[in-house]
Amino acid sequence: MKVKYLKIDKAEGPLLVMEEVKDAVYDEIVDIEISGKEHRIGKVVQIDRGKVIIQVFQGTSGISLNDVSVIFSGKPMEISLSKEILGRVFNGTGSPIDGAGEIYSNKNYNINGRPMNPVARLYPRNHIQTGISSIDGLLTLIRGQKLPIFSGDGLPHNQLAAQIVKQARITGEETANFAVVFVAMGIKHDEADFFRKVFEETGVMDRVVMFLNLADDPVMERIITPRCALTAAEYLAFECDMHVLVIMTDITSYCEALREISSAREEVPSRKGYPGYLYSDLANLYERAGMLKDCKGSITQIAILTMPNDDITHPVPDLTGYITEGQIVLNRSLYQMGIYPPINVLPSLSRLMKDGIGKEYTREDHPNVANQVFSAYSKVQEVRALAQIIGEDELSETDRKYMEFGRQFEERFSKQDFEENRDISQTLDLMWELLRILPEQELTRIDPSLAKKYLRK
Amino acid sequence: MVERGNKMTRQANIIYVNGPVVKANHMEDFMVREMVMVGEKKLIGEIISLEKGLGTIQVYEETSGLRIGEKVQGTERPLSLKLGPGIIGNIFDGIERPLSKIYEKGFKFIPEGMGLVSIDERKSWDVEIMVKPGNILKPGRIFANVQETSMVVHKIMVPPGIKGKVVSAVKSGSYTISDTLAVLNEDGKKCELKMCQEWPIRQPRPVAQRMPIEKLLVTGQRVIDTFFPLAKGGTAGIPGGFGTGKTITQHQLAKWSDADIIVYIGCGERGNEMTEVLEDFPKLKDPNTNNPLMDRTVLIANTSNMPVAAREASIYTGITIAEYFRDMGYNVAVMADSTSRWAEALREIAGRLEEMPAEEGYPAYLASRLAEFYERAGYFKNLNGTEGSITVIGAVSPAGGDFSEPVTQSTKRIVGAFLALDRELAHARHFPSINWLSSYSGYISMLRDWFKQNIASDMIKLRSKMMKILQEENKLMDIVKLVGEDVLPDDQRVILEIARIIKIGYLQQNAYHPQDFYTDLPRQYSMLKVIGKLYDRAYSCVKKGIPLSKIKNEKLFSDIIMMKYNAAKEKSKLFPELINRIDHYYDSIESMYKEGRINES
Repeated sequence: MKVKYLKIDKAEGPLLVMEEVKDAVYDEIVDIEISGKEHRIGKVVQIDRGKVIIQVFQGTSGISLNDVSVIFSGKPMEISLSKEILGRVFNGTGSPIDGAGEIYSNKNYNINGRPMNPVARLYPRNHIQTGISSIDGLLTLIRGQKLPIFSGDGLPHNQLAAQIVKQARITGEETANFAVVFVAMGIKHDEADFFRKVFEETGVMDRVVMFLNLADDPVMERIITPRCALTAAEYLAFECDMHVLVIMTDITSYCEALREISSAREEVPSRKGYPGYLYSDLANLYERAGMLKDCKGSITQIAILTMPNDDITHPVPDLTGYITEGQIVLNRSLYQMGIYPPINVLPSLSRLMKDGIGKEYTREDHPNVANQVFSAYSKVQEVRALAQIIGEDELSETDRKYMEFGRQFEERFSKQDFEENRDISQTLDLMWELLRILPEQELTRIDPSLAKKYLRK
Repeated sequence: MVERGNKMTRQANIIYVNGPVVKANHMEDFMVREMVMVGEKKLIGEIISLEKGLGTIQVYEETSGLRIGEKVQGTERPLSLKLGPGIIGNIFDGIERPLSKIYEKGFKFIPEGMGLVSIDERKSWDVEIMVKPGNILKPGRIFANVQETSMVVHKIMVPPGIKGKVVSAVKSGSYTISDTLAVLNEDGKKCELKMCQEWPIRQPRPVAQRMPIEKLLVTGQRVIDTFFPLAKGGTAGIPGGFGTGKTITQHQLAKWSDADIIVYIGCGERGNEMTEVLEDFPKLKDPNTNNPLMDRTVLIANTSNMPVAAREASIYTGITIAEYFRDMGYNVAVMADSTSRWAEALREIAGRLEEMPAEEGYPAYLASRLAEFYERAGYFKNLNGTEGSITVIGAVSPAGGDFSEPVTQSTKRIVGAFLALDRELAHARHFPSINWLSSYSGYISMLRDWFKQNIASDMIKLRSKMMKILQEENKLMDIVKLVGEDVLPDDQRVILEIARIIKIGYLQQNAYHPQDFYTDLPRQYSMLKVIGKLYDRAYSCVKKGIPLSKIKNEKLFSDIIMMKYNAAKEKSKLFPELINRIDHYYDSIESMYKEGRINES
């Protein structure tokens, strides 16, 4: 028999405090009924003898201390899942909002998930061709990877994510068995509509599951939105053997929600007021990507975050970069020069790339040529800095070639149309073409045998 | 699984839960640092403090679902490890529970309430007994041997603090770790010796004495061995922002350093990195013995999404295992990746305990805890007379890549070598991205004799010469950035050219190139010799007034840059040949110049 409590002692911001509660369970979900009408969901975040602190996902506004009833469920938050979730739209707490009815299933899943056993993991090695040269050539996306996009306000991260969804091809496998889980946290309605439109246009809408917590939805719900979505993704990947691409946007809004609840609980803040456990909390989301030995499915995560003030050392991108397997960094000045996608490859990185490219995966020359293009483009930056001071005409001949390399790299390689889909060999050939601009003795990263085969052909 | 709960009479009840911190009442009879079982699921925890009846416990498993009033049971001992055969080649969580066994039981995701599983108690090992009744054994004495893996003979020792006369001993044969191998008698008190022993993780194992550090830890990584050498028994910190290659550097050290045992602690890092080690290491062969590298490796994995309190314990678990193998007379290297995540775990727990924060929210005892950890490294004479060492190499992940933050600074104060990873170098894909200007190794003076005896008497001198060129280049680059290279006089431009060769041809090392991933010391020395020779000859030509355009022979320079990839079968000939070519080339231009065939233009 579940006990109903009819009195609370304190309501402030997102928190409720109740005293003299018996048998409370840490992390359990409570149902809060206001004036006999509205229901809200809360979670027990601290127990101190009889005193229980509850975090209310929809906030406490409108709650009166007496006209309320609270029922403790005794269980952590769960959602019910079945294959019927494909093509459906849910709100931030996992309830359907598309008017097509509840999901009926006898399987309920704890949204917190559990850490994957490293022994059970399968190291990701198969690349996903995105048709975008900067990514395929230099920041290869691997199935089962978590590769976030570090962006800024006003940069085209949504288009980039949409283009990846549109063009992504998993080489060497049937492509029918894939699904997209889309998680919106604090983004605007028009952004959500943009994604919905892209999914419809590409005809994948019946393979997409959307979890929407938009900018005007309750802020605290944002903390459970990605957890519901990732639980759904795990279900699809590891029980239905599907290849799932999870797009999470915007992680910065998620972290701000976390900061809000932390400051309401008067916790000791660390950098910029974010809680000390931000790293662990983000890891609980990102580490849910990957593959398992005995399962055919996979979870690939593309999280989008907007760097406040374009600052990559801000705690959100910083801690994200420490957890994820690389990052794709968008650059404002490239975008202003009219280059789409404005990916600055130098600070970008794909950690899993080294094991997913080369002879058995893409092409034998890939590791060498990528390495050389990186190193040449970084030299371009030095030369450009010098040219700004002494003028391009004063540069040495080699340096002038680097200037040309830099220009062509951005105009021909980085720049790509939203509709343009380049396959991997096109991308690699283009890289060799660019390297031919440079004198051969500058190409110290190329194995002599490969130079013979590809450079001079 | 150890069942002690039924014997216990002491009983406490949970009254407070906040993340990994749990408080319980009626705890008068418990000890600080005692290991406890929390709640119905018997989650493992450790008592951090006691105040009147109230005990504060940090719990090493997920506390979601704990109910007020559930019981807390004591175990009457501190958090300890079971040490014995079965450790090598295994992967454990932060409190030595074998993840592979958990997986075999069908858990792809790590559940709570597994209890205290540890190394395998059923597996039998071939034991060679080396004592007879009547022998007097002292603490630490090796009394049996077990060939644990192809690379490691596990020496079974009398635990510290136990001694006596052998009353009985079994014959050599096949036994499990819980079988009694011998019985000791000390003043009428009998004591059974088994293959395994237990040791509390927070207490360093005793040694006879500390010894001076004087041996190089050979890593095969040129920038480390030559420029910032590590020593057996030394400590090193590797700080670097994300993407600078901390983990790859740690992996390289774990793969190729010449320690007998590697303990790799994945502390709050990525799950896939541990999987990578698990998949790669069994396939990689040790360059000296040709055995799989996994046969000398122990993995401790507490990935970033595993419970935070166990992350705090994981580095102690790792170093305790290291000390146990050191006691057998082995050289052990411990990689902790990353100590920043451990410090963050301290911070998180301190925050939940409402302790007064110091810098950036870290507790005030951060520096002393770090120091305690690193001080467990060293070169030791063990209780049993053998010599062993522990080298600790800790990665540091400074927030925002800013080295002024507390963990980097506290680490810098303690460690002997500091390998600073540089974001600019990483962006240019210069790996290992160890910045040669801000890194240092305090072991050079201690290793001077070692280099002299084992490599060559002028190795250290060559190193200083190269360092000087690099430093000179750094100064010159400030000017180059403003006015361009062409303006400099030739004697300065030649420094830039040589520095470029050192950077590309020597410091950069490709971890995935079959020829380049490991460079043994004689080869490192020969390479340095070649570069040194080139510099001397080129520089003296410049001084004679020969223009740089003649001195810089593209083919020669590029062959020297590429010599690291040169897998010439007759290794011994490659470098003398290069030196001959250098001499030949500069002899010829010098003589041409003398004859006036090259003019100033």
